[in-house]
Amino acid sequence: MKAFRSQCGRRREKLFSSVCIIPSLAGVLVFFIVPFGIVVYYSLINNPVKKDYVGLENYRKIMDNTAFRKAAENTAFFSAVSVPLVIVLSLGLAMLLERKIPGRSIFRTFFLCPLMVPTASVVLVWQVLFHSHGTVNQVAEMFGGEPIDWLKSTKGQLVIILMFLWKNTGYSMILFMAALSGIPRDMIEVAELEGAGAWYQFVHIKLRYLSPTILFVLILSLINSFKIFREVYLLTGNYPYDKLYMLQHFMNNTFNKLDYQKLSAAAVLFAAVMILIMAVLLILENIFGKDVES
Amino acid sequence: MRFRRNIRSALVTVFVTIGAVLFLMPTVLTISNSFMASSEISSNYGAMYSNMTNTEKTYIAEDVNLKFIPDKVTLDQYRAVLITNSDYLVKFWNSVWLTVPITLFQLLIAILTSYGFSRYPSKLKGIIFFAYIILMIMPYQVTLVPNYLVARKFGLLNTRSAIILPAIFSPFSIFLLTKVMRRIPVSYVEAAKLDGAGEFQILTRIYIPMCRNAIISIGMLVFIDYWNMVEQPLILMASDEAKALHPLSVFLSQINANDVGLAFAVGVVYMIPALLIFLYGEDYLVEGIVCSGGIKG
Repeated sequence: MKAFRSQCGRRREKLFSSVCIIPSLAGVLVFFIVPFGIVVYYSLINNPVKKDYVGLENYRKIMDNTAFRKAAENTAFFSAVSVPLVIVLSLGLAMLLERKIPGRSIFRTFFLCPLMVPTASVVLVWQVLFHSHGTVNQVAEMFGGEPIDWLKSTKGQLVIILMFLWKNTGYSMILFMAALSGIPRDMIEVAELEGAGAWYQFVHIKLRYLSPTILFVLILSLINSFKIFREVYLLTGNYPYDKLYMLQHFMNNTFNKLDYQKLSAAAVLFAAVMILIMAVLLILENIFGKDVES
Repeated sequence: MRFRRNIRSALVTVFVTIGAVLFLMPTVLTISNSFMASSEISSNYGAMYSNMTNTEKTYIAEDVNLKFIPDKVTLDQYRAVLITNSDYLVKFWNSVWLTVPITLFQLLIAILTSYGFSRYPSKLKGIIFFAYIILMIMPYQVTLVPNYLVARKFGLLNTRSAIILPAIFSPFSIFLLTKVMRRIPVSYVEAAKLDGAGEFQILTRIYIPMCRNAIISIGMLVFIDYWNMVEQPLILMASDEAKALHPLSVFLSQINANDVGLAFAVGVVYMIPALLIFLYGEDYLVEGIVCSGGIKG
C-alpha cells in the first residue's frame, strides 16, 4: 500500500515538473514553431491567394535576386571577419589580464562597460569619429593620409567591425577569463618542468581546455554578428552605402512590399544555413573536445 | 630575470590601459559632451549637421571637432530633454513599457520551465530543450517573419503586444537558467522531501533561492538586450501611428540627424538605467556571463 502511494506521489511530482514546461512550450509553439511551419509553406507556393505548389521556385528566385545576394554577401563577409577577430581579441585580453597586473578588476569593468552602454547612446560619437571631416580623418591628414568618407565607402565595413568589437569583446573576455582560471594548475606546472615553452603550453594545453569555450564564444558572436544591423541602422538609416546593406535591411524592405514568398524563402534559407553551421560546429566539438570534457 | 619580468608586466599594463581607455572613450565623450551648450555643439559638430540636411554652407566650421571638455558646463541640454521637449521622455517611457514586462515575464516563464527541464529529466524533455537551443541561435532575420505572421493573424500588429508576447517566450533565459538549476545537488531536494516538502515548495524554497544570483544576472542580460532593441519595432510596429510608441533606442537615430545639440544628453539619459544596473550589479553580471558558457553543461 505504502509503495503504491509513494509511486503514485512520484508520478504526481513528475507530472508537476512537466506541467511547468507547458506555458513556455505553448508560447514557443504559437509564436515560433507553428508560424515557422507556415513560413515554410509560404516559401513553397506561388502566392497567398492561388496557393499553387511551385516547389523550389521561390528559392531559385531569391538566389537570383541581386539585393538578396548583396545583403547575404555583406552579412556573411562581416560575420566571417568579425567573429574570428572578436575571439582572438577577447582571448588575448583575457590572457593578459590573467597576469597579476595592478587594477585588474578595474580593467575588467572598463572592457565590460560597452556591453551595458546602449549603442544608440554613443552612436553620435562614432559618427563624429568617422565623418568625412571627422576626427579619424583629421588625424590621418596630420600624418599625410587621404581623408575618406568612411561610412559611404567600402571602408564602412571597417567601421562597423570596430563597433562590433567594441561592443562584444567584454562579454567573451569574461567567458575566457573564467575558462582560463579553470585550467588545472598542475598541468601547466608539469609542462613548465618538462621545459615546454609558452607557445607550446598555449597550443597543447590551454587551447585544448579552452576549446568548449571557444566554440561557445564562436556561436554567441555569430548570433550577435547578425545584430550589427542595429549599429548600421543607427549610423546610416534605412538605405546605407552598398557594402553596408545587411540582410535585415533586405528583410525590412521586403516586409514593406509585403512580398511573403520572397521573405519566407529568405528566412527558411537563413534558418537552414544556421542549423548547418551549428551542426558542423557540434561535430567539430565532438572530435576535438572529447578528451578534455570528462 | 626578475627585471625582465617586471618590464614585461609593465608593458602589458600599458597596453591594457590603452585598450581600456579606447573602450571607455565613446561613453566618456557622450557624457562630457552632454554638458555642452547647444551653441558650442553646433560650432563643433555643425559640419555634420549641415551635411545631413544637405543645405550648402550653413555650417560654421568645416571640420567636425571632437571635444572632451566643454568650454562652459551647462545643463541646458538636460533642461531641454527633460523639461522643455516632452518627446524624449515619452519615448523613454515607451522603452520602459516594452522592456520591463518582457524582462519580468521572460524570467517568470524561465523559472518555471527551467525547473521543469531540470527535475526528472526525460528523453522528451531533452528533445524539447534541444529544440529550444536551435531556436535560440536563430537571428531576428528568421524569427521576425513568424512573429509577424502571428501578430497579423491575431490583430496585434502595431501594438506593443506584437513585440512583448514573442519576446516573453524567447528561450535565451531558459537555456541559461536550466544549466544553473541542473547543478543543484539532489541531496538538497531529498532532504526537503523528508521534511515533507511538496514539489511546489521545492521550487519556491530551494530552486528559486539557490538560483537567486543567476536569476538576477540573467534578468540584467535580458533587460540590456531589449533596452537596445531596433529590429522588432521597425517591423512589428511600422505604421505611422505606431511610431509614437517606438522605444527611444529606435528614435535616437532620428534625433541625431535633426537635433544634434540635444543628442548627447538624450544618449546619457538613455544609458542611465543600464549604467545603474551595471554599477549596482557588475558581479552578478559577470557571474551570469560565466554561467552562460558552454552549449552543453
